[in-house]
This record gives sequence, C-alpha cells and structure tokens, in this order.
Amino acid sequence: MRGVVETRDAVRGKKLKAVESIRDAIRQIREVDGALHAASDVFEADALREAEDLDRRIARGEEPGPLAGVPFTVKDNICTRVGKTTAGSKILASYRAPYDATVVARLRAGGAICVAKTNMDEFGMGSSTENSAIIGPTKNPWKTTHVPGGSSGGAAALAAASRGMIHLGSDTGGSIRQPASYCGVTGLKPSYGRVSRYGLLAFASSLDQIGMLQADARECAAALEVLAGKDAKDSTSGAVPVPRYLEELERGVRGLRVGVAKEYFPEGIEPEVAERVRQGIDTLRSLGVEVREVSLPHTRYANPTYVLISGAEASSNLARYDGVHYGYRTDASRGLIDLYAKSRVEGFGPEVKRRIMVGTFVLSAGYYDAFYNKACKVRKLIRNDFEKAFREVDAIVCPTSPVVAFPIGEKIDDPLKLYAVDVLTVPANLATVPGISLPCGFTREKLPIGLQIYGRPFEDATILRLAHGFQGATKHHLDAPPVRARSS
Amino acid sequence: MAKAKTDPTDGTPLEAVIGLEVHCQLKTRTKMFCSCENRFGAEPNSLVCPVCLGHPGSLPVVNRKAVEYAIKVGLACGCEIARFTKFDRKNYYYPDLPKNYQISQYDLPICKGGSVDVAGEGTSHRIGLVRIHLEEDAGKNIHADGAAESWVDLNRAGVPLLEIVSQPDMRTPEEAGAYLRMLRLIMLYLDVSDCNMEEGSLRCDVNVSIRPRGSTRLETRTEIKNLNSFTNIENALVHEIRRQMKLRESGQPVIQQTLLFDPQRGETRVLRGKEEAHDYRYFPEPDLAPLTFTEESLAAAGATLPELPAARLRRFQSDLGLGAYHADVLVRDVGLANFFEEAVAKYAKPQAVANWVVNALLEEMNARGLGAQEAGISPGRLADLVRAIDEGKVSNQKARDVFKAMLGNEKDVAAAIRELGLEQISDDGILRGAVRDVLRAHPGPVDDVRKGKKNSVNFLVGQVMRSTKGQANPGMVLKMIEEELGVAGS
Repeated sequence: MRGVVETRDAVRGKKLKAVESIRDAIRQIREVDGALHAASDVFEADALREAEDLDRRIARGEEPGPLAGVPFTVKDNICTRVGKTTAGSKILASYRAPYDATVVARLRAGGAICVAKTNMDEFGMGSSTENSAIIGPTKNPWKTTHVPGGSSGGAAALAAASRGMIHLGSDTGGSIRQPASYCGVTGLKPSYGRVSRYGLLAFASSLDQIGMLQADARECAAALEVLAGKDAKDSTSGAVPVPRYLEELERGVRGLRVGVAKEYFPEGIEPEVAERVRQGIDTLRSLGVEVREVSLPHTRYANPTYVLISGAEASSNLARYDGVHYGYRTDASRGLIDLYAKSRVEGFGPEVKRRIMVGTFVLSAGYYDAFYNKACKVRKLIRNDFEKAFREVDAIVCPTSPVVAFPIGEKIDDPLKLYAVDVLTVPANLATVPGISLPCGFTREKLPIGLQIYGRPFEDATILRLAHGFQGATKHHLDAPPVRARSS
Repeated sequence: MAKAKTDPTDGTPLEAVIGLEVHCQLKTRTKMFCSCENRFGAEPNSLVCPVCLGHPGSLPVVNRKAVEYAIKVGLACGCEIARFTKFDRKNYYYPDLPKNYQISQYDLPICKGGSVDVAGEGTSHRIGLVRIHLEEDAGKNIHADGAAESWVDLNRAGVPLLEIVSQPDMRTPEEAGAYLRMLRLIMLYLDVSDCNMEEGSLRCDVNVSIRPRGSTRLETRTEIKNLNSFTNIENALVHEIRRQMKLRESGQPVIQQTLLFDPQRGETRVLRGKEEAHDYRYFPEPDLAPLTFTEESLAAAGATLPELPAARLRRFQSDLGLGAYHADVLVRDVGLANFFEEAVAKYAKPQAVANWVVNALLEEMNARGLGAQEAGISPGRLADLVRAIDEGKVSNQKARDVFKAMLGNEKDVAAAIRELGLEQISDDGILRGAVRDVLRAHPGPVDDVRKGKKNSVNFLVGQVMRSTKGQANPGMVLKMIEEELGVAGS
C-alpha cells in the first residue's frame, strides 16, 4: 500500500505518473464516499489537469517539489480557489474564495495537488461532524452508525478509509486530534504559530491551528516540513526555524522523558480508554522512554475557559457573515437591521448561534470582567501548568478523548455532554502547545482509541519522534476499518 | 452661511467646556492592515483586497509606517509613547465596515498625554491631550437621492487613521478652531497626513457642555458629529452653546446625546441618546501580536522629527529678524515657509524676501488657488528679483510688473526688466541732465528748498521720476538735487 512518502518518491523517481496518483486518489474517495459522506466536493477535472501539467514538467526535467504528485484534501473551512469554501454552513453555501490559503499555496508549490474538500461541523463548532449544513453527517469507517468525531470528521474518515493523501484539518479545541482518535488515524495539531492561519476561516483566532490527519507520524512529518514556517500574511505565525521533521524522526526516543498527569485520566473516562492508554505508556517505557508523574492542576478549568474564550472570539469573527457583502442573504428583509438579523438567523445553524450568543454575552459591558477577562487569567494559569511540567519532562502523554466514537444522534441535543468530549484536547489550544493523537488500540466493539502526546511550543519534532517510535513498536495504525478503499 | 465667530458666553456668568476628537488619515503608501494602495478619489472599490474586504480567512498585518507616523505625532505633541501597545476590536454592525468590527486601540493606546499650544492674540493657551491611537478607517456608504438602494465604496476601508482626543480644555468656539488649526499644522509639518477636510482626511467630533465660570465641575455634555470644515465646527459650537444656555435659562437639564450638525440649516438634530449608546464589546485583537518599542527605537524616531511650527516661528523672529506678522503668515503654510527659506538661502535679506513672499506671492497663490511651489516662480528667481530691487536695477514700484512677467516662465530677472523697458536709470550723466532740466523748470519750489522747506524736495524728486517715466533711481535723484542746490542731506 502506497503512502504519502512512497507516492512522492515514486513520482519524483519517474516510477509513477502524477496523473496515476491523482486518478487513484479520486477513485479511492469515490469508492468510500457513498458510505462515509466525507467529501463535500471532488475536483477531478482540475486535479487531473494539474497532474498532467506536473508530469510534463517532470518530463522536461524540472524540479517537481518535495510533495510531487501527492494528492491532498482540504477541510472546507480553508480557502481554495478551486471549488467552494463553505465551512459547512448555509451562510457560505455558495461562497467561492478569491484566493488560496497559505497552506494550500505551500502544498501546491511543493508539487501536491488538491483533489477534494472535506466535510466538517459548521465553522468547526462541534465534535461529531453532525453539524454540517451542506452535506449532512459524516460516518465513521469503523462503524458507519457512529460519528467520526469532529469537527475535521470528513478528513478523519477519509484518512482512515484511503491511503496516500494529505488531509488538512483545523483544530481549535481538538478538532483534528479527537476525530483522528475516533477514526484510528494520526492527527497532528502543530504548535500555535507553527503553520500559517492565513486562509483558515477563523473560529477562535487565538486557538485555531491548521494541521493534518494521516496514516502515521511519518506522513505528518513529511507534510509539516512543507507547511511550517513564518508567513508574512499571518502576524501570529512564528519566525522559528523549521527543522527537517522527517530526519528528526530517526533520532529515536531513548532517553526522552514523558509526564503522566492524573488530571488527564478524569472521572467518567471509559475504562477501556484508560487501560489502552496506560498500555501505550508501558510501550513507550519499553522503548527507553523515562516516565514521570506530573501535575497540571488547572486542567479542570480548561473546558469552561475554552467555551468562554472561543465563544468571545467567534462572536466577533463570525460577525462578517451578515448578508451584505457575500454569502447567504435573506429573500425577505425590511431595512438594514432586518437584513442582518434574517440573513444570520436563516444562515447559521443552532450550534453556531449558541456560541455566538455565549460569546456576545461574555464580552458585554458588565460581564466582561466576570467572564472573558477571568477566562483569560485562567488561561494563563493553564499555560503556567504546562511550562512548569515541561521543565521536568519533554512531553506529556494522555488519552485524546475520554470516550470513543459514539452513535450518530446520541449527544447532538445535549451540548454540555458534547463539550465534555473535548476536555482532554482543549488544554493544548489554550496553552498553544503542539499535540498529536495516534491509535493505541481498540475497544471490544472494535472502535479505535487514541493516545495523545503534548510537547513544548515549537518542539513539534519531539512529539512526532515519540509517535513515530511508538508506531515502530505497534501495529494499531496499520489496522484497516471495514469501510476501506481497495488498494490499487 | 455667515461665519459666526462669536462667543455666546461672552458677557455672561457662564463658560463653555469643549473637547475635540479628531480623526486624521495617515498618508502611508498602503493601507493599515493590507498592501492595498491608500489613495483618495479612485474608482469605487478599485483599491481593495480580501483583507480590507473582510473576506473569510484573511488576516491583518500592521503597517509599520503608520506606527512610525503615530509615534512621530505623539513625540511632536509631547505625549508619553507606550513601550507596549496592542490593538483591540471594536464590534458594531454597519455596511461600510466589512468585518463588522473595527481594529482600533482601547485601553493601551500608542500615545498618552501631551499637549498642543495654541497662540491667541498675544496669549498662548495649552490644550491637553488625553490620548492618540491608531485604527482603521471604514468605507463609505453612498445614498443616491431617491434611490431604493445604498452603495458601499470600500476604497477607504482600512486606511490608517489616527484618533487624537483632547482634554476638555477649550472655552470658546474660536479656541476650538485654533486648536484644530495648530494640530493640523503639526501634522502637515510632520508630513504624515494631507489633513484635507473636504476629502475627509481630517475629521472632527466635538464634545461641549456649559457651566458657571470658575466652576471646575464637568456638566452633562453633548457630542456633535459630522463636522467637516472649520466653519462648521465653529458654527455648530456656537449653535450648541446657545441651545444649552437657553435650556439652562429655562431650568431644563441638558440631556447627554449624540447630535448631527446640518450645515445648511445651521442646526443640530439628535442622532442617538445615551441609552442607545453602543456596547462595542472591545477585546484584544487576537490576530495581531502586541507591539513593543525600545528606548533606542523611540530615540531614533525622535531624531527624525522635523522642526515644528512653534520652533520655526521663534526662529523666524529671533534668528531671521522677521516681524511677528510676517513670521506667523509664513509658518502657517508649510509650503510658503519652505519657499521663503529657499529664497533666503539664495539672498540673505530675510525681511525683504518675506515682504515679497507674504505680499506678491501669497496674493498670486490665493487668487489662483495654488500652493507656493505651483505659483510659477521658483524661490531662486524671486530671490533674484529682490536682489535686483536692492541693487537699484528696478524700482520697488515697478518690481510688481516684473514679478508678474516672471510668472509661469523661466525668464531671469534681468531679461524681464529689459523686456518691460523698466531698467532703472542709474547713469550719472543722464540723471544729472534730467535733474537740471527739472530745477530750471520749477524755480518756485527750488527757492522753497533753499529756504529749508523739506517737502519741496519730494516734489522735485517726483518731477524727475515723471520725466523719466519712473525709471530714475530715486535715491540718486535725491542726492543730486541736494548737491545741485547745495543743501545737506538729512
């Protein structure tokens, strides 16, 4: 089975034509998408045209780039010139972005070719991909009655059910790692500022980060090498040198110190999840990793802090969707205020409205100090916890989610239950640290369980090394789900 | 509408308390947060990009030049420049604001404090500043008369804007006008803004209340928006002060309101009351990292400050010896003052040059609505003209004709004098002949002079000037008459 690195090597080595790589990717997506509902759009004609062009350039002896001929998919909240960029929302159902996001431009410059956009919870708000107003819920390839997690559920489902593509996702509170965990794939949320956000439709600007969902850590490293780095168009991207992540993987894990915090095995965690993650920690120990106990006492405030800060930023970020300049506009309006109100009432789904309401409230005069300001202070405490812990250890290991994939419809009417699913992933976004989720086993029902590794800011290489080391010693990431494209 | 420069509180036991909020567009090459061109008058929606259109996914990047300009203005006004400053979002919905929030500064403005000195008649009054902050301008809504639709032009959206908030330190409409004029002049000297009220690159809101003279309490105030000329500002203030005085007289309270001034009717109308005041839900802009400045970077910015109006006024008077009037007229117009300095560099007689710049040149500029550099005569050529007068090559009276003849061409002064046939006669022989002819023709006045009647000398000089069609050198003529008649010069 050909993965991302093998594809690029084959195309660069003229053993595989880019056109064949792209044709195969599109075949795989078509084969599984009837069952999964993961792709919101597929760009066969455009992608093949680009591939033919790339093949011509390779034939002429031009340098085709480090990801030559690698197909990639883009979560539908990342701008692409090709197709629509809807963020899973009715309010942008027909929106076409006038530009490529920096990540899309970088992949394309590296020789990769965009083949599809993937489904998501509206504006990234959700943990199940049930809140998609464009194509409806995506299904989990391990059990199609279950959710794939979210909000990057389309990307996660495709990553599990196909091979050899890069799947771009975004993560504001766990939206890459949690679906990666539910679908049994490897999902990296890089450090905040490691990858440009330019062209990512903002949900919560201080928490949003673009990453990828892949078969393994090696593919994540190959993609990050091309995606990472300062972008003049994003002031919050960091001017920190970009390591050769693929080479970093080979440095091994012996001697690295990882922390285990009791706060990350909370009450209500499914026993099977805790058990498999503990076994995963034993595996790391057997590889020569030193395991220590650490404490992150403010973790229990992470979820409410996240709800307040992400809501506040979202209420402002989503103000631009008003029916005036682009996107959905109501048919019937009397005057300006009515136009705003009706366009937004008709254009946004219930979860988005809920978060806008919360955010507007916590920023309002008289409530700002009690909610938004306090949440910012608690955020600092959470960050301090990590700084302190990272003085003793190089990484922290914990479950990605306290639960595994749940049945579609089970939690959608209970937002608090659904928010609780994010409890182990939101701290990374609040603390701006990198986090990766990788498969560490299955439940008796054969649903994947994710192990999560946190690292120091901009030390994404360390958690990739640990994940790679783990995957060298285990086979969970190689297990194929029942819904899976045939190998070519 | 006539200018109403009166002070309604004059002769009453009341005084007005006035504060100004000034918005000034910075003339950076590009906009505040994107690389679109910052230019007035282009075709609507031609200077736009995903960032200033507020397209999904776009992000702002701070224009460093705008920050530098803000620091310059702060330093020029003696403000404390923040070592740490940040941007905030001001949230409100309006079609000219595509993101439905304005990137502005809330609790940590780039400049705090400072002041502007306003010179009055023989006095100088210091107007304190509260703060200066950076923000982005909104676009423009266009409502065509009678049309059902409104249009939005976003060329202006994202243009860098400086908001300068004064203390309530002004007491009369005239003083408010004087403050704004000085602020404008400082900005023009710093070359950071066009400060053109007609084009909207300088805009002003005023806050006003009234109270018994001598009180230090701040009473309920009203805010007047939409003031786009100096006349409007002063007229609106006169109107509003009168309105508040009438309310007070009849025992009614002033209500805190935002008013809109209608320059056609000379009236204000209520835009919104206090209870309708917006809750802007300010919070820190998460898309932009805070800015920090080192002592060295601020010192470097300070070192690049040009001479400011007050310093230039002092130098023109004390170093160049100009009279107060000439110095003031020159300093008020950067272009004129620069023209003057260039001319003085070519001919170092400041007062003589100033006379010509302030009279002939300024008259020409005003008549044709031009700036000093566009009036059609270079500083060097004007200096040559003044020198020619001093050297007796043309009389002071005829020099105006020469000035006019030099406008709009490259003629040197000698050629202009020659072409007009205005060369002054300084030839000894020719003058002596003309003087003797006049003395012979007017024995009466000659007699009077000999008896000591001074006025008659002027008459005789005048006759010589007449017979030479004004071309005789008057100084030489006087000297010769005195020699011929054997009377000593005084």
